[in-house]
Amino acid sequence: MKREDATRQLLPTVVPGVREVGAAERQPDGSQIFLTTRWEKLLDAARKNSLWPFPFGTACCAIEFMSVVMSHYDLARFGAEVVRFSPRQSDLLIVAGTVTDKMAPVLVRIYEQMAEPKYVISMGACACTGGFYRAYHVVQGIDEFIPVDVYVPGCPPTPEALLRGVVRLQEMIGSGETQYQRNVAAQKAAASVGE
Amino acid sequence: MGTREQRLAAIRKSFPDEALVAEVPGGDLQTFRVDRKVLVDLARHLKDDPDLDFKLLLDVCGVDYPERAERFESVYHLSSLTHGHRIRLKVPMPADAPVVPSVYPVWRSADWFEREAFDLMGILFSGHPNLKRILCHPAFQGHALRKDYDPGQRWLLREGEQDEPVWARAVQEDEDHFETQVLNLGPSHPASHGTLRTVVRLDGEVITQAETEIGYLHRCFEKMAESHTWNQVIPYTDRLNYCSSMMNGVGYALAVEKLLGVEAPPRAQSIRIILSELSRVMDHIVDIGANLNDIGAMTPFLYMYEAREELYTVLEACCGSRLTMSYVRVGGVSHDVPADFGEGVRFILKRVPQLVADMERLITENRIFRQRTEGVGKLSSEDAIDWGWTGPCLRACGVPFDVRKSYPYMGYDQLDFKVPIAHGGDTFARYLVRVEEIKQSLRIVEQALEAMPPGPIIISDHNVALPAKEKVYTEMESLIWHFKLVMEGMKVPAGEVYGFTEAANGELGYYIVSDGSGKPYRIKVRPPCFAIFQAYPHMLKGHMIPDAVAILGSLNVIAGELDR
Ligand code: SF4
Repeated sequence: MKREDATRQLLPTVVPGVREVGAAERQPDGSQIFLTTRWEKLLDAARKNSLWPFPFGTACCAIEFMSVVMSHYDLARFGAEVVRFSPRQSDLLIVAGTVTDKMAPVLVRIYEQMAEPKYVISMGACACTGGFYRAYHVVQGIDEFIPVDVYVPGCPPTPEALLRGVVRLQEMIGSGETQYQRNVAAQKAAASVGE
Repeated sequence: MGTREQRLAAIRKSFPDEALVAEVPGGDLQTFRVDRKVLVDLARHLKDDPDLDFKLLLDVCGVDYPERAERFESVYHLSSLTHGHRIRLKVPMPADAPVVPSVYPVWRSADWFEREAFDLMGILFSGHPNLKRILCHPAFQGHALRKDYDPGQRWLLREGEQDEPVWARAVQEDEDHFETQVLNLGPSHPASHGTLRTVVRLDGEVITQAETEIGYLHRCFEKMAESHTWNQVIPYTDRLNYCSSMMNGVGYALAVEKLLGVEAPPRAQSIRIILSELSRVMDHIVDIGANLNDIGAMTPFLYMYEAREELYTVLEACCGSRLTMSYVRVGGVSHDVPADFGEGVRFILKRVPQLVADMERLITENRIFRQRTEGVGKLSSEDAIDWGWTGPCLRACGVPFDVRKSYPYMGYDQLDFKVPIAHGGDTFARYLVRVEEIKQSLRIVEQALEAMPPGPIIISDHNVALPAKEKVYTEMESLIWHFKLVMEGMKVPAGEVYGFTEAANGELGYYIVSDGSGKPYRIKVRPPCFAIFQAYPHMLKGHMIPDAVAILGSLNVIAGELDR
């Protein structure tokens, strides 16, 4: 399907020039409703408001992640409550807890199994930097192995902090700042230089 | 409880030679130095002689003394549930031949403990059926807890180098096994509770063989402890069993206090009791909730989590942190409780039973739940003791062993509570015991709160505890104490101690060796779920995969404590 056709299906009435806007869509003053956007923007808006997290919970931070999902803090308010334990079904990897050298290949594999676009939140001091485990079996920050979008500090971060991290990720998706989006943009730029 | 002399006499009956089995005078526990030649015979004798009856092997660990002629020492802690006595065995061995016979044939609980000592200390246990690394990954070089190992030295593990049981690679395709397959559960699996991995062989749907792999959360607690001062270790202890962090800190502080010969003031003790019991409630709540969640009952988890949030509120008011409290100090606690502490706790005492009752109404008589759990993961009391089980899981097998009753500490003997047991030994029994323990813990909290005395919350001995902040600002002497404690840490007299408390999962032991300096020489944690989890692959045989999930949840394996 061509992109224009897809747009037409998605937004049959509000995209100008695609179809005559009916009387019902007119404002009270008689003017027509217009909404113009770019296709990518539209997708990003959809993506950021329905994140499906994969909780890669290894340690204490995973307990606080549970608190965030439960009714008291309720991640659902931010459109991210569909927790999935299959990397194929999720687009947000939340690494909650210490990652050891033994676990690192597993983490990388799971990250690679996720379909694009994918985002990563590193929750807690351990995932961000190794925390206070400066030791022989602990990865000193998961960004040794996978790209990270949002670092949430704390040991463990309070639920509010993680919620803030999710909101920050949404903002970043909206403005095209995530690692994935920047990579895509860089690839496009490289391709256009090549042309 | 026999005397030291009686136990010695019972041992001398069969081991008269002083050169082979010698008693080490003094110490917190009766200690014997054993020649490795007779270790297994002695072990048999200790287990089978009715006067000794050491059926429970609590812990095996290695200690490294580089300057001694016999560099390594393998240390065993034994307990008798019938007589209530305990001893420690020490087997020295030279650096060039760190070999000691395995006691696995006598006590099966030695299985993983010996593998751990091999992994971290490089002690070879001859005769062990499966002596390979357990916590560190297979590409790891060297033995991390040796004193000459640099704490920061990492080794990378690449994809494809992970360990796989030998039997899992073998193909089984004959007439009888045309439907067998090997299935890998974890380490990232919704029911794997963090980071556990189980490899099973299935015949149709039935598990015929299983092996577990742990160590995915090995955060080097014991090595870290050796490079921090005594009080700096407390935040690390919080992260052992992170579902009930308070109790780890209490156990550690009690052990160090035992070595120092001090005791925390009564108010601190009662704060510790109240918060420990609330932590136990929290731990059981998460365990029951997660277990039910895994077998398909989501709703109770939501009820249980509400209770947990209420508990968090009280804990946060005390120390500023919800989960990792770091509230205990050697000699007391860091702050006094807030003024509205009593109110908060009384609210919990009212609210939590309601939520538990709601959950019980939904679950205890629920037919699906009963069918999923009754008779599933059954273990006899003899097997449970043989595997080194303690805590609620052992009590669910009908053994009324609870450290709070058998070896009371912090004034638990002043409080009126019961030790619930069940006889099924199965997943359902473990659920029942935990639910009842929640109620008993709340009873303890109620009494301790009523009896909470006023007074100081930390001892005034400034070799151990920091002086009050106002005094540091105004008095020269206090400033000096403060400076010395912060810069050098407290000095704990040389010696060793095994401190043990009843944590949420069972007996949490700290074997601490001090050389008199400002830092621990060696800390070995005896994590309760380590012993419990080693029985898991053996319990799986004959069950199906969904049962494996139900059993795992009921054992309450916390990776932080398991792997340390
Ligand atoms: S950051 Fe702190 S709470 Fe989180 S996993 Fe690490 S030690 Fe645990």
